[in-house]
Amino acid sequence: MKRSSLINLLLIAVLAILPLFSGEYYINLGSQIMIAAIFAASLNLLVGYGGLTSLGHATYLGMSAYATAWIASHTTIDPLSTALIAIAFTTVLGAVFGWIALRASGLSFLMLTLALSQIMWGLGYRWVNMTNGDNGMNLPGRPSPFGINLEDSTSYYWFVLIFTVICLAFIARFVHSPFGASLRGTRDQPKRMSALGYDVWMIRWITFIIASFFAAIAGLLYIYFHKYIHPTVMSITVSAEALLCVIAGGSGTLAGPIIGSILIFLLKSYVSAFVERWNMLLGFIFVFIVMVMPAGIGPGISHLYHRIFKGKSS
Amino acid sequence: MNWALEVKGLKKSFGGVAVTQDIFLQVAAGERRLIIGPNGAGKTTLFAQITGDLKPDAGSVALFGDDVTKLPVHKRIHTGMSRTYQIITLFSKDTLAHNVVLSLLGINSRKKSMFSELLHKDAIYQHAIDLLESVGLKDKAHSKVTEISYGEQRRVEIALALAQKPKLLLLDEPLAGLSLDERVMVSELINGISRDTAIVMIEHDMEMALAFAEKIMVLQYGKCIVDGDRDAVVNDPKTQEVYLGH
Repeated sequence: MKRSSLINLLLIAVLAILPLFSGEYYINLGSQIMIAAIFAASLNLLVGYGGLTSLGHATYLGMSAYATAWIASHTTIDPLSTALIAIAFTTVLGAVFGWIALRASGLSFLMLTLALSQIMWGLGYRWVNMTNGDNGMNLPGRPSPFGINLEDSTSYYWFVLIFTVICLAFIARFVHSPFGASLRGTRDQPKRMSALGYDVWMIRWITFIIASFFAAIAGLLYIYFHKYIHPTVMSITVSAEALLCVIAGGSGTLAGPIIGSILIFLLKSYVSAFVERWNMLLGFIFVFIVMVMPAGIGPGISHLYHRIFKGKSS
Repeated sequence: MNWALEVKGLKKSFGGVAVTQDIFLQVAAGERRLIIGPNGAGKTTLFAQITGDLKPDAGSVALFGDDVTKLPVHKRIHTGMSRTYQIITLFSKDTLAHNVVLSLLGINSRKKSMFSELLHKDAIYQHAIDLLESVGLKDKAHSKVTEISYGEQRRVEIALALAQKPKLLLLDEPLAGLSLDERVMVSELINGISRDTAIVMIEHDMEMALAFAEKIMVLQYGKCIVDGDRDAVVNDPKTQEVYLGH
């Protein structure tokens, strides 16, 4: 077995037994970090691997959550079908929005993703009949797959862990596939990629759809966790926070979004208890990371490790 | 005759300035064609219209008998055309082998695969290393582009183009910026390309380029002023006047 696979298995084992030694607060924090990690990893496909900076990714998190809450509240459809419909609906929305946003590139692409997400955020507030407006929507309860009750925090933590492992494994395989190599090529040399026979627009569009799909899964886990969705989940703040997770952790790396999510959530959970303007501290930390480790914490630590290691070996 | 490349009445203007004016060009299979002209003559613009990077205002481009004027760049590549750039355009963060692998994948349906892992032990990597060996860079296959010299980068450009087994190869100033030794090396490389491939080359190094060319087209202000066999074009007074300077 490869060393990296062994480390991953060990890490999963540690995460799996963590609830046995932790209080409910930490278990819930763990679930939230994992959901944020899936969400950030989905955005990383666009930002890190595709070079497509989006400021509207929260749309897909929110739409999946809204769709789940709406179907569960207004129909008698079973939870599995509800989940599949919500994910399919969000992915189709991602396909449509991606088709629109990818008419442009660079800053114009970013502004289009922002504009589209602002429309959905506005609809969340204003389409009261559908979304319940500023009051938000409730999810009656978590599902019980195979009769397993997910209402307690430990069961739900394991449920989220399974999804996180599956999603991150799929994302890892995707970025290491020939398609993933093509995607990185379109990030670095789009013109050259066309001249090598690649349909650059199609590669980006498919990636946009896949990123929406994984964000939809994060949205599903989000609504199961909170059992409540409010329009602020689709706001620019949530999109920017995910972008921060990706950039701070290390964009274009698999570990980056996970490290970024851990950092942001720990800051949110601990610092906000002591410092009222915790966002300011987050800003300082972000500036510090960009100055000291421009590629992000993950690549920065890796670089430091190799430097020390090389120093020892020489 | 089924031409490898046939350009008819190609016109392109930028804001009223005509950069390509009614160009006609026919390149036979396996032919070596040189396009020369002073700076700003419209040589690279002509290439851009042949590859599809620029849409012509009028005229048509046919590759191997098929009209490709309305096809996007990536679809034209699949007809058997390949190119290099005047300004080196490689994937600088990646290894030479990975650069060539991307080129090989470009014309391979495996590029669509999302769930098979692209491994260094795959046959496609071995194929890439073989191609790098053909341009004398096997030893540097696992070096990054930023770690090799400019001349070596030029050879990688050519390896990328050859990886696609083109029937028509467009070379845009492949000797630009190279030292004398490097120019000799790259010229030998170009001269060694199989006759299955027609080559159209833009080049300013006349000594090297004339040794390569069978036919020459001379452009000036976007117009073709002389076109024909090498010796006839070189001895034509118009060529002497506008390009060779005597």
